[in-house]
Amino acid sequence: MAGLMAGFGHYTHAIVRGIPASLATEALRTSQAEVDLDKARGEHDAYVQVLRTRLGLEVVELPADEALPDCVFVEDAAVVCGDTALITRPGAESRRGETEAMKEALKDLKMNIVEITDENATLDGGDVLFTGREFFVGLSKRTNQRGAEILADAFKDYAVSTVPVLEGLHLKSFCSMGGPGLIVIGSSDHAQKALKIMQQMSDHRYDKLTVPDDLAANCIYMNLPNKGHVLLHCTTEEFPESVKVFEKLKDHMLIPVSNLEKVKLDGALTCCSVLINKKKPDN
Amino acid sequence: MATEASSETEVKENTEESSAQPDQSEKATQETQEVLNTEGEDKEKGKVKEKEGKEGKGISRYLPTWLKKQKSLSQTSPTKETPPTEEPTSKETEGEEVSAPEVNGHAEEAEEKEEVKSEPVKEKEEESNSNGSADTEPAKEEKVEESVQTTPEEKKETTKEDQVAEEKKEQEQETQAEADVQEGDGQISIFQSPLRLVRKPKMKVVVCRVTLLDGTNFSCEVEKRAKGQYLFFKVCEHLNLLEKDYFGLTYKDTHDEKCWLDPMKEIKRQIRSNNWQFSFNVKFYPPDPSLLTEDITRYLLCLQLRDDVASGRLPCSFVTHALLGSYTLQAEFGDYEPDQPRPLDFISQQTFAPNQNKEMEEKILELHKSHKGMTPAQADIQFLENAKKLSMYGVDLHRAKDSEGVDIMLGVCANGLLVYKDRLRINRFAWPKILKISYKRNNFYIKIRPGETEQFESTVGFKLQNHRSAKRLWKVCVENHSFFRLNTPEPPTKARFLTLGSKFRYSGRTQAQTRLASSLIDRPAPSFERTSSKRISRSLDGAPVISITEAGRDTTENGHDPHLELQSDSKDHDKTQEEVLKHQASISQLKRSFMEAPPPSPPQPSQWEKRLTSSPASTIRVQQQQVSLEEEIASVLLSRHAGAPCSTPELTLEAAVTTCSAATSQPLEPLLLSTPPTFSSTEVCVPQTEATPADSAVSDTKEPEKTTEVEIEETVVIQEVSKAGLVTVTSSSPADPPAEQEVRADEDEVVAEDAKQKKQESVSSESESEEEAEYHPNVTTSISNTQIPEEKEEVEEVEEVEPEVLAAEAPSLPAEVSQPTEETPQEEEEPSKETEEVKNEPEGKSGDPETEESTEDPMLTPDETPKSFVPEEEEQQEPKVNGEASAVDAEPRPHGICCSELPVVKTEMVTISDTFAAQKTEIATKEVPIVHTETKTITYEAAQLDGSADGEPGVLMTAQTITSESLCTTTTTHITKTLKGGLSETRIEKRIVITGDCDIDHDQALAQAIKEAKEQHPDMSVTRVVVHKETELAEEED
Repeated sequence: MAGLMAGFGHYTHAIVRGIPASLATEALRTSQAEVDLDKARGEHDAYVQVLRTRLGLEVVELPADEALPDCVFVEDAAVVCGDTALITRPGAESRRGETEAMKEALKDLKMNIVEITDENATLDGGDVLFTGREFFVGLSKRTNQRGAEILADAFKDYAVSTVPVLEGLHLKSFCSMGGPGLIVIGSSDHAQKALKIMQQMSDHRYDKLTVPDDLAANCIYMNLPNKGHVLLHCTTEEFPESVKVFEKLKDHMLIPVSNLEKVKLDGALTCCSVLINKKKPDN
Repeated sequence: MATEASSETEVKENTEESSAQPDQSEKATQETQEVLNTEGEDKEKGKVKEKEGKEGKGISRYLPTWLKKQKSLSQTSPTKETPPTEEPTSKETEGEEVSAPEVNGHAEEAEEKEEVKSEPVKEKEEESNSNGSADTEPAKEEKVEESVQTTPEEKKETTKEDQVAEEKKEQEQETQAEADVQEGDGQISIFQSPLRLVRKPKMKVVVCRVTLLDGTNFSCEVEKRAKGQYLFFKVCEHLNLLEKDYFGLTYKDTHDEKCWLDPMKEIKRQIRSNNWQFSFNVKFYPPDPSLLTEDITRYLLCLQLRDDVASGRLPCSFVTHALLGSYTLQAEFGDYEPDQPRPLDFISQQTFAPNQNKEMEEKILELHKSHKGMTPAQADIQFLENAKKLSMYGVDLHRAKDSEGVDIMLGVCANGLLVYKDRLRINRFAWPKILKISYKRNNFYIKIRPGETEQFESTVGFKLQNHRSAKRLWKVCVENHSFFRLNTPEPPTKARFLTLGSKFRYSGRTQAQTRLASSLIDRPAPSFERTSSKRISRSLDGAPVISITEAGRDTTENGHDPHLELQSDSKDHDKTQEEVLKHQASISQLKRSFMEAPPPSPPQPSQWEKRLTSSPASTIRVQQQQVSLEEEIASVLLSRHAGAPCSTPELTLEAAVTTCSAATSQPLEPLLLSTPPTFSSTEVCVPQTEATPADSAVSDTKEPEKTTEVEIEETVVIQEVSKAGLVTVTSSSPADPPAEQEVRADEDEVVAEDAKQKKQESVSSESESEEEAEYHPNVTTSISNTQIPEEKEEVEEVEEVEPEVLAAEAPSLPAEVSQPTEETPQEEEEPSKETEEVKNEPEGKSGDPETEESTEDPMLTPDETPKSFVPEEEEQQEPKVNGEASAVDAEPRPHGICCSELPVVKTEMVTISDTFAAQKTEIATKEVPIVHTETKTITYEAAQLDGSADGEPGVLMTAQTITSESLCTTTTTHITKTLKGGLSETRIEKRIVITGDCDIDHDQALAQAIKEAKEQHPDMSVTRVVVHKETELAEEED
């Protein structure tokens, strides 16, 4: 049945983007750590390889744009749910140009494109958590109420609740979905606080998987044919304690993906791809 | 409410006439309630029922609603057909009873007693007018005296008014109407009090036009004084609809706002215009339509949803529009056939979406092709399966402003109250989180249960556009809560089975009840024609009305598949506990479990919360502590603060009456007698109270300031009460459960909710009463009064109050208690007696705290001082509501360890609490104004008990509450995982609320529950068992 909310985690395509040389020096960041461009590119290549080779997704790789140092973080440029793609209006002005290429790529995939024309609205895809049943939109430095409203308009089937992001860059800087009805959440106070808000706001019940490190809570869940539950998560090198938690997920195919360099730019695993399900569900 | 009012009136009459016959009055009240449900039946059976009293109710419980409905319909219908003959008979037989049901309108008025105080005569007049036959008696003692004087005037006025109305509406029937009126007067003279007019004017007939869901119109004649229920039944009969509890009739008020027609009240008094135009709509959207028994019900739901979607009320995406549209096509036209152009024509004519375009239509057709082979019923099911997932499915939106004046929308749904800003959900209050719902003027308040980290409850206030919208929202909340959260109306409400209205309080069956009833449906699937409604100008048989005729493809499909298990169970009305448990288990699986926001995770003070909460709640918090405890215990109290003091007394009387009828006879009599005095006292107090009362009313929830500022006209305390008993099994594995308190709170909640139902009904009626209530400054007083009535309605609810709390709160209690005491004690008419009574009660019961309360009560009662006691008020209210609790017998409790049993009989509060409990702050409080109910709380604790007392809960890792409801049982499982010093504790608390008739062996149920708990969690140990039992004496007798 082509019903609503069917097939959470089903993806066929992924959109990624290359890393421009300007990333190392010009990309926005909240920390002062030095970014090794080559390492970053190496990481990203590995990431794309996992999506393409290991998971069999059709990967659309957009070319890097030197004028857009943050362009590798494609997640912020679009929110895709079902057949609808909302082209965002990133909160950082320097990133607004990233949406152009994304929009074209999504058009090529025959998605229904919705754009934000309101100049007062800002929305980063990193602030949008889709649980399969509803949206949570973090109100952060990058996303405002108006942006969330437009998202709610774009995806009318779903409840859209707002969650204040008091610390961290994005809502998904400390949480993500680890499966249907499973929220992976960091253990920091603000992360836990946000989780409670989400739980309170929801008509649905979510299980939670608490990991010691906020950044480790950002992982990528997929439900793929022949593979079942797949979870891309951080490596032991980065967050050994959190990995132990992930390893308790017995039903998941666990794929550690290194993110040592991009994390310095506040880039998490979900940031580097836009996942799309193009196959029509069985009817 | 009307029913209540009527009962009160009757009671008063009885008191006046013969104080010696309190029992009769009680019976009469019960009967009246029943009558309300099925007016026709009652009328005919009238006296018989009175005698039978409780028994009749008990039986009625088991009867499928439709059975009764049919009866009522048949009876009523005949009346219509041959009004003259029946009326006289009915009058004679029914006598007082009849008047009571009619009085519905009165109840409201009664609520607005404030006016009465100021202008008792007027009130009487109004009442009389409303009833037609005027059961002015509600005026009560105070009024009684006055009534003698006023009566003639009133009569005149009533007749005049009636005539006028008649003329306006229907000149045709004027003559008859007048004749009726005259007859009524004559009767009045015959009867003791002129006030009471039998409704003879029935003769008048009005044509009602009802717009059905398929767009067709249905017209039927209705007596001018008919209640909403009657018309609704007629419509359901026309539609051949049995699962009617999800539906209702709406009308447009004078401000063109859509209002739900109260089944228990006269139509005429609701529409307030001569526009007898109604619309048949879905009132409660079933969260899981697949659980509906009949296809015809689903079909009607589909029709409603199609309109909701097409009108944009139920927003959905392009794809969803197309998908839903395709199912509509499949249901209406069957398989896609490219050769037939009809679907294409149809599609362009049909409205599937507010912004329908060619693209969408093409998409619809495309999807339609994929549904090949799907039967209409299957297509409907698919339609519903998708529609129910929409985030706004079943959400009733109301415009409001938050405390900062920001425009928001409040959405009422099955799970609770949602707060939207624009399209964004900015907050959500699940029903279990809400302790009280109230409105005052144009303000709407909800009191929120404190979160795990919070000590005090908070109150969130919203501003509505006006008083009407606030009241409307409040009513919707009350109804939705009771429908979706309560298992069963409490015993007093047994009438529930009577279709629409179960008797008083909440005029409808709960979802659980309606599901049970549905499972009993035993008829061949009705065939019905799926006319694509008017929309499609289909060349079929012309009139597309959904006729009961056989048309359909669906016939085959219509089987009642779903509830085989249920049916078997349900068939046996005398279920054994085991059966019940099994039943519950099976049902619990079927029924959706409500997800409650984990108690620990109360809304964090997020931005909007701050905003919202900024209102009264925060400030008051400190003061509220005491209250909070009580409230937690009693968590669900629906108390309504009505405006007019006069009205309140009436309400209380009613409540008392109801309880009496349900419960034991002795207390009842006194109550009846006493009631009049109370009224007087209340009335006297009113002025004072009004000044201070506001505080008291507010006090429950909030800060005095706000309280004063905002008077709560109607407050609904949500209590979930188990009529039969509460069995709480708490098993904790390694560590102590910090959550015990929470658990208890939960229990309380449950109780409260139950109570709510009753209260709700009462409240609703009250609320409906009149806008005037707004003006009443006396809200506070009214609150106390109103609360009492509510309690009565809720009657059976039991509140748990810790002894400590009781002591502390005692002062507060008095006010509430006073009323109850009045009832229970045999004191007559004198307020002082009431106080005495109160004292007496405590003695009997043995609870120290109780005694304290009692003492206080006397003081409070007269002056309504209780208001001053903010915390207490709520408690009091709750207990009152709970009415049931009042009588607590120390009946032998099954199990070994009774930490404390405080049997209270007749007394308002009976609390049995363990020492532990006290420590924990858990409080079992039972305040019952009326002695009808027994409440017992027994706690068994393992020696280990760290108990909640341990205090340091550690770090709460997880908390989830799962609630499953079945017809008779609500099982709430609260799982708390806590980190303490490196050890993780998992605490599972199960609260099982068994609501049922005496058939249920509670001891067995408890044993079973414990057994099951052990089986389910073999690695855990049972550390605490709390049995809280509330029983209506009367029921037990049955």
